[in-house]
Amino acid sequence: MTTLEEPSAPAQQAALKIDGLEMSYMVRGTARSVLRGVTFEVRPGEAYGLVGESGCGKSTTAYAALRYLPSNGVIDAGTVTSDGQELTAMSAKELREFRARKASMVFQDPVQAVNPVLKIGRQVAEAFEVMGQSKKQAEESALEALKRVRIAAPESVMDRYPHQLSGGMLQRVVIAMGLACDPTLLVLDEPTTGLDATVEAEVLDLVRDLREELNSAILLIAHNLGVIRTMCDRVGVMYAGRIVEEGTVDEVFDNPSHPYTKGLLNSIPRHGLQKTDRELFAIPGTAPQVGAHLPTCTYIDRCPIATDLCHSEVPPIVERSDGHWTRCHHSDRLDEVPEPDETEVAFDVGTEEVIGVRGVSKTFHQRGHDVPALVGVDLGFAEGETLGLVGESGSGKSTLAKTMLGVHSPDEGGAITLRGRKMADKATDRIEESVRAVSMVFQNPDSALNRSWTVRRILKRSVVRLTGVKGEAADRRVEEVAEAMQLTPRHLDMRPRQLSGGLKQRVAIARAFAGDPEVVVCDEPTSALDVSVQAAILNLLATLQNDERSSYLFISHDIGVVRYLSDRIAVMYLGRIMEIGATATMFAGVNHPYTEALLSAVPSVDGVAENRIPLAGEIPSPANPPSGCVFHTRCHRAIEGLCEVTEPDMVEIGPGHSIKCHLTVEQLSEPLVVKERMLAEVADDPLVD
Amino acid sequence: MSDSAKPTPPSANDPSASTTPTSPAASAQAPPTSNEGKASRNQIRREQRRVLFRSPAFIVGCLIVGFWILAAVFPSLLTTFGEKDFVPAGSNSEPFGDSWLGTDSSGWDVYTRVIYGARPILIVAPIATAAAIVVGTLLGLVMGYYRGLVDEILSRILEALLSIPVILMAILVVVTFGNSRPVIIGTIGLLFVPAITRTIRSAAIAEADLDYVTSAKMRGESGFFIVTREILPNVVGLVVVELTVRLGYAIFTYATLAFLGQTGGNFTDADWGVDVASNFNQIVNDRWWPSIWPAAAIASLVIGVNLIADSIDKALKS
Repeated sequence: MTTLEEPSAPAQQAALKIDGLEMSYMVRGTARSVLRGVTFEVRPGEAYGLVGESGCGKSTTAYAALRYLPSNGVIDAGTVTSDGQELTAMSAKELREFRARKASMVFQDPVQAVNPVLKIGRQVAEAFEVMGQSKKQAEESALEALKRVRIAAPESVMDRYPHQLSGGMLQRVVIAMGLACDPTLLVLDEPTTGLDATVEAEVLDLVRDLREELNSAILLIAHNLGVIRTMCDRVGVMYAGRIVEEGTVDEVFDNPSHPYTKGLLNSIPRHGLQKTDRELFAIPGTAPQVGAHLPTCTYIDRCPIATDLCHSEVPPIVERSDGHWTRCHHSDRLDEVPEPDETEVAFDVGTEEVIGVRGVSKTFHQRGHDVPALVGVDLGFAEGETLGLVGESGSGKSTLAKTMLGVHSPDEGGAITLRGRKMADKATDRIEESVRAVSMVFQNPDSALNRSWTVRRILKRSVVRLTGVKGEAADRRVEEVAEAMQLTPRHLDMRPRQLSGGLKQRVAIARAFAGDPEVVVCDEPTSALDVSVQAAILNLLATLQNDERSSYLFISHDIGVVRYLSDRIAVMYLGRIMEIGATATMFAGVNHPYTEALLSAVPSVDGVAENRIPLAGEIPSPANPPSGCVFHTRCHRAIEGLCEVTEPDMVEIGPGHSIKCHLTVEQLSEPLVVKERMLAEVADDPLVD
Repeated sequence: MSDSAKPTPPSANDPSASTTPTSPAASAQAPPTSNEGKASRNQIRREQRRVLFRSPAFIVGCLIVGFWILAAVFPSLLTTFGEKDFVPAGSNSEPFGDSWLGTDSSGWDVYTRVIYGARPILIVAPIATAAAIVVGTLLGLVMGYYRGLVDEILSRILEALLSIPVILMAILVVVTFGNSRPVIIGTIGLLFVPAITRTIRSAAIAEADLDYVTSAKMRGESGFFIVTREILPNVVGLVVVELTVRLGYAIFTYATLAFLGQTGGNFTDADWGVDVASNFNQIVNDRWWPSIWPAAAIASLVIGVNLIADSIDKALKS
């Protein structure tokens, strides 16, 4: 294992240098190797990203960077050095000192990273007390630290408990604690994964700004390629415990030199790709399990261009250009990697409305309060059409889905219609035809599939229940449905936990299609999956739509995915549809200010850094919605004296394109000057109830 | 944890797999992977069983409990005397002398009394526990799934029951309704219902929040179906653990009632609790054996049951 010679490397010592690190986990007495020789360095002031699918060893590497290993983790070989100090040789005391003064880590879930019974001020101050400050000093430093991470109303936040803050604010607090020691090295492990796109963008902005102030080196772990592209200078692509390609983000993402990187990039919908353009490319097979025996190249089982050479020799590091290298025997044969078919697929969207959502409102009653979760929602689904639904968490997307499916009953006056006929509110009251007309695919297949049932039983119950066929006919139907999902008969006798995430989601989709539905509600069906699996699932959904002529309500945070699959897109905010229009129109220009902000928040893997419109503060509580236009508190185009008084009507500004806004098309198409105020401080009350 | 349970079917996971040139390794690996999935389901079970059977706690627990069950069913296999036989050693004979565990003031053999005394406790405790489990599980599932007003009211009633000391409550019931065996079984069962209900209820609440339940509601399934077919199988592990844990308590409760003379029947019949009660005042005369041996028997049975309960719990969680 030779480290790559860097001719342009500065004389300074690397903030983090991992050299030939091999690690394994002891599982029931056997060692399962997880890192197979990881080598990279993060230079001072540099942001280095690690990407890869789940189980490839990214997080293990992050923890190893601070030598923070689980009790069953064993370092088999290699060294970890930071700023000239070798962590792998430190005593427990030195290590503690190092973690207190030199390095910090920010975890994925901020809720678990803070102590729920301590006030924020106390917790942040603690980080300074560890550094030897007095109680009073630490208190002041804590306030400074909170100001540094641009938390709104830092003084009041000091006095709050963690449960009183939103996820985005908590992550800021955790970052403030991490920065307490002015770390040489800051490790961020999926810092924005659980956050909304708009909050994610804010946190990323913060990290980017802080980088300039601090000059600390950053190791960023993320599975989202867009996040890495917008945040990092260099990136390492990890696969099965080894870095297979490394280089600057532009080089790696625009000019990938490893079949895995190429496959990964091909599997995400980029450059505004739509389902009518072509299928997505899915990497065949699944990632090897931790501890799999992979003596040579780790990617051979899934590699389309592997040869006998790949089976007999570990691929060497092949330099592509300055600082860009790949671990592949055949980096010159990359054009042989099969590209997705460029054939256009025709999607036939009918004109007749199948399912209609007519003036549906839903008010929950909580402790004497009325909480309007849906307010006058009107939507229609044509045969074979996909309607994308976007919006932040708490905007009412899932409530709409559950109301359509008869889990919640809409308020008086609203109705869900099937071919013009009003359906009963509750699923238990609906006639068979209505029940089978709408079905749902959930976000998390682990929760959506009964873990003590076999796949066959799960599917058969839906078939029997929804289509009324029984006995052998039902068995045949189960096999047909399973086959359409590319599930083999072998899978039918398994239980969910024996299946991989992608297969579980296929079972969930199979169940949704068991009753020949008219509309399938897909609630973030791919957000729990790796990108290569996501591609296969999206392809499957597109194919099924074409074969079965069913409509989708496709709910997702991922704008790229929504754009790929949807014919029309609806944007939701606080239970109201703010904008609806054909996909092409939505991305063509004039949008509702909220849509505008949502779209600009997406970190893109294509690297076009657009002017981001920050959304001030958090989404208001539905229990206490703002007056007038509900969006005016966060709107960058709000007209004083109008928007906070009257609620705008839905206005049609183009064919099939409506927005709920007071502004005219001319006003909306004016280029926007981002106000300094919104970047610097958040004006409204930050506390969420 | 779950890493052994993931099958890796290269061809089935992906529509484009068939169009991609297959590498020699992929095709070579295909046959073994196709068996892996079926094996792994049994593997999990087998592994759980192996963890259980190899755990020393489980083995010791089974030996203890097994011994007492044998004593309860076939006492004559373990002793040559009857429970009320006067033995040659006479009365008040010290242990390890003429008689194995000594004899009491009535001239009965303590060892024989201990062996015969296993029967009443091993009749009452398991039946009472089983009854409590059935009622508690059903109540817990229904309350956890439906929530609402009925759940509120039942919860308050159960909390009220829980707040009364177990023994006090038991004595009250037995005094009121008489101390026949069915009443005692019913009393102990009733006393354990609240705790079991609470455990199962909280598990059912967690299950009812999962999307598979939502999905069942969306297909218009009845509440009965959802509770018994969808949720129940997922809390069975917990029910088994509750069963063994409560069995330990039930044994202890019965012994206490017997000691307090609330179990009725003939006080000359062998019964651990009764024997402790009628002989413990002898301890001051240095005749400890007629009361300590039956007390040790109670303790050993409770410990044995708890050892089994703990190892089952551990195995299910592994």
